[in-house]
Amino acid sequence: MPETPTRPDQQHFFAQLDETPVGVVDSVDESAAPASVWKDAWHQLRRRPMFWVATLLIAVIVVVALFPQWFTSVDPKACDLSNSSLPPSAGHPFGFNFQGCDIYARTIYGARPSVTVGVLTTVVVVLIGAVVGAIAGFYGKWFDSILSRVTDIFFAIPFVLAAIVIMSVLYNQRGILTVVIVLGVFGWPQIARITRGAVLSVKNSDFVTAAKALGASRASTLVRHIMPNSAAPIIVYATVALGTFIVAEATLSFLGIGLPQSVVSWGGDISDAQRRLRANPVELFYPAAALALTVLSFIMMGDVVRDALDPKARKR
Amino acid sequence: MSHPTYEPIVDATGAVHAPHGGAPLLQVRDLQVEFMTNTGPVQAVRGANLTVYPGQSVAIVGESGSGKSTTAHAVIDLLPGTGKVTGGSIVFDGKDITHASAKEMVEVRGRQIGLVPQDPMSNLNPVWKIGFQVKEALKANGIATGKDADRRVAELLAEAGLPDAERRANQYPHEFSGGMRQRALIAIGLAARPKLLIADEPTSALDVTVQRVILDHLEGLTQQLGTAVLFITHDLGLAAERAEHLVVMYRGQVVESGPSRKILADPQHPYTQRLVAAAPSLASRRIQSAKERGVESTELLATTGGEGARRSDEVVKVENLTKVFQIRGNRPGQTTEFKAVDDVSFSIKRGTTTALVGESGSGKSTVANIVLNLLDPTEGKVYFDGTDLSTLDAKELFTFRRRVQPIFQNPYGSLDPMYSIYRTIEEPLRVHKVGDRKSREKRVRELLDMVALPASTMRRFPAELSGGQRQRIAIARALALEPEVIVCDEAVSALDVLVQAQILTLLNDLQAELGLSYLFITHDLAVVRQIADEVCVMKTGQVVEAATTDEVFDNPRQPYTRELLAAIPGARLEVFGEGIEDLPA
Repeated sequence: MPETPTRPDQQHFFAQLDETPVGVVDSVDESAAPASVWKDAWHQLRRRPMFWVATLLIAVIVVVALFPQWFTSVDPKACDLSNSSLPPSAGHPFGFNFQGCDIYARTIYGARPSVTVGVLTTVVVVLIGAVVGAIAGFYGKWFDSILSRVTDIFFAIPFVLAAIVIMSVLYNQRGILTVVIVLGVFGWPQIARITRGAVLSVKNSDFVTAAKALGASRASTLVRHIMPNSAAPIIVYATVALGTFIVAEATLSFLGIGLPQSVVSWGGDISDAQRRLRANPVELFYPAAALALTVLSFIMMGDVVRDALDPKARKR
Repeated sequence: MSHPTYEPIVDATGAVHAPHGGAPLLQVRDLQVEFMTNTGPVQAVRGANLTVYPGQSVAIVGESGSGKSTTAHAVIDLLPGTGKVTGGSIVFDGKDITHASAKEMVEVRGRQIGLVPQDPMSNLNPVWKIGFQVKEALKANGIATGKDADRRVAELLAEAGLPDAERRANQYPHEFSGGMRQRALIAIGLAARPKLLIADEPTSALDVTVQRVILDHLEGLTQQLGTAVLFITHDLGLAAERAEHLVVMYRGQVVESGPSRKILADPQHPYTQRLVAAAPSLASRRIQSAKERGVESTELLATTGGEGARRSDEVVKVENLTKVFQIRGNRPGQTTEFKAVDDVSFSIKRGTTTALVGESGSGKSTVANIVLNLLDPTEGKVYFDGTDLSTLDAKELFTFRRRVQPIFQNPYGSLDPMYSIYRTIEEPLRVHKVGDRKSREKRVRELLDMVALPASTMRRFPAELSGGQRQRIAIARALALEPEVIVCDEAVSALDVLVQAQILTLLNDLQAELGLSYLFITHDLAVVRQIADEVCVMKTGQVVEAATTDEVFDNPRQPYTRELLAAIPGARLEVFGEGIEDLPA
């Protein structure tokens, strides 16, 4: 066959080798630092100012909740009616409320029940939700059908409304543990659903089949392969949910059916203060601000964690 | 270089192109494209040159990440995300469009330059009828409106090779097969009669036989319309077969360009040389001559007959295998039966490779899963080393798992992203309680060495490795328990050609070394030629032809096998192959 005549600009061209070095096909970069999904997430988090702001706030809140006595020497329950509605003074930076209690001390001491309820409820919800969701997603069949219907039923009941009803029934057993249990009972279906979805999407991966083909048992596949790969959405949801549980506790306490009067709580104080909103607005301002800041910091944390862990945002 | 000549151009099919006054249609000079990433700018294309003449077909060839798609997308200003042209010029039809405004580019796109995108499954909007989407292209370019447009839509679809076009135009994308969708996309791409059609891996997602029909049709159509075509492809065989001019890209640079035949016959750049040597579609045609030269044959002999006249017993024997799936029917509670595997029998001799070849939906992967005992057959039996798999109890099954291991297609999905490489390879040893910590670590090192990866890979995670490296890890994991049979389910299909060649060589070496038997599931006959001893060709659940590899390739008995063989891109380059030998060295 004769050679096809070439047109201008289409002559046989090849680059000089020194300009285009051919690399070793598929070599490993041995000098790079090893990275895992979690390390990648950490690298991303580290560069977000919002992450550091949220971390700082949460750290402060947790320390306040654990050791309120470090921040004030005043007893929040030692109220003296002669101090009623007094403005700020030395040692009492926020002033006094109508009952003559130190607002600063009450705001500080109010952190503990809020954070306790938030953290414990989240732990309860994650434990129940993750276990139920994982079993439903992994083993499927009738258990999955039943679980899906049960979660549907729970979804149909407004979370706070249900808590109000149950808490009013348990009026005489009010306490931190009761609130945690009630919130937990109505809070887990969401996590169960998220876990189920995550497990379902991982369940059919080739690496799960590979584990099965090399003889790993079903349970160990679930624990060793599927759950670690489903953890990210659960963590993200849990961080955000922590904030909403604190709000729920404050709502219940505000309505007078959450924590009893004997426990110093932001929700209770806000409830007391609302009646005096016009006369002494600072009484409402400080517990409300503390509550808002706490919830905001957890939701902010959830937000940045989601950005770092969301598989869609993940590179490669 | 030589003076410009303006003789008539004769292409591969013998058709004569009148020289269009010698003016190029598209001229890309020193093109630079950059992407902004978290770690700063990354150069995706560095000084690429490219010329397309009116009516000519040009192909850009390269592996993933070589910048071939980026170059093409820069031409029509469709760079994704943070991509930006930072240097060079793009002249189209005598006009510099390098820094054309968005408005000017709208004029060029569709009307002057058409695009056939890569994935027919995701490039049609599922909520609009096909006809509407073709009409959109007509309207957007001001070609036709109203009744005229409807008539034109039917014409265009018919022209793209859709039978019963008028009725088809009223259907939704999900009612179309992959090949039909690709035809619809071609109709859209050519709707405004552009002077240049950019076809970005137009058929990579399709079965080979469909691919061939579509490409034949596209070729005929563009020749008839006088449209120039710029192919983007990873397949050198396909490129050489379909284009008269080739541009080979590697890591963002054009390493070689020139007439297709010249590049195939006489590649100058080491990368092109490697590519030509590794291209399975070309190699499969050449393996014969390589054998004659006695290079490949010794290797092949070592594989099949090594270790002193290997026992010729059948390590796996599959008898009358049938698998029926229950699929949800039209009405609730109703199920219909789908026969995925229909009376399949074959066997694998110890130390050899049996390939199951077929297009998507042929039931080959179902057979693989049954052999792996991950799926129970509806009827029929699988014997492993003489034992019926269906009679295994839990303990025997656990032992069976040690002896038969899989390697999957997608190296991105078959490794747990949360596991370090060490844990990944160690897992089978741990599950089967082989050795203690120390001996396991030693074994992991050995295995990494076996698949030619440094021991330092151990601390890494799958996300850091390339596709080929991950596939090596998957092989190492499969080898950890010293299995006798490895089921490779499309084990090299997702890899770039050079890496594919390396992995095939590795598998071949390991077979010779360890006396492994492979069940090799693939859609790619070209790959079969390189690795298999026996071939079973499957079609819609049945084995239509089973014979030794040489027999199937040299002497196919069934029309379907012949069709598959003919559809291998580059298979028709045989003419070139002979031509190559005629060329003076």
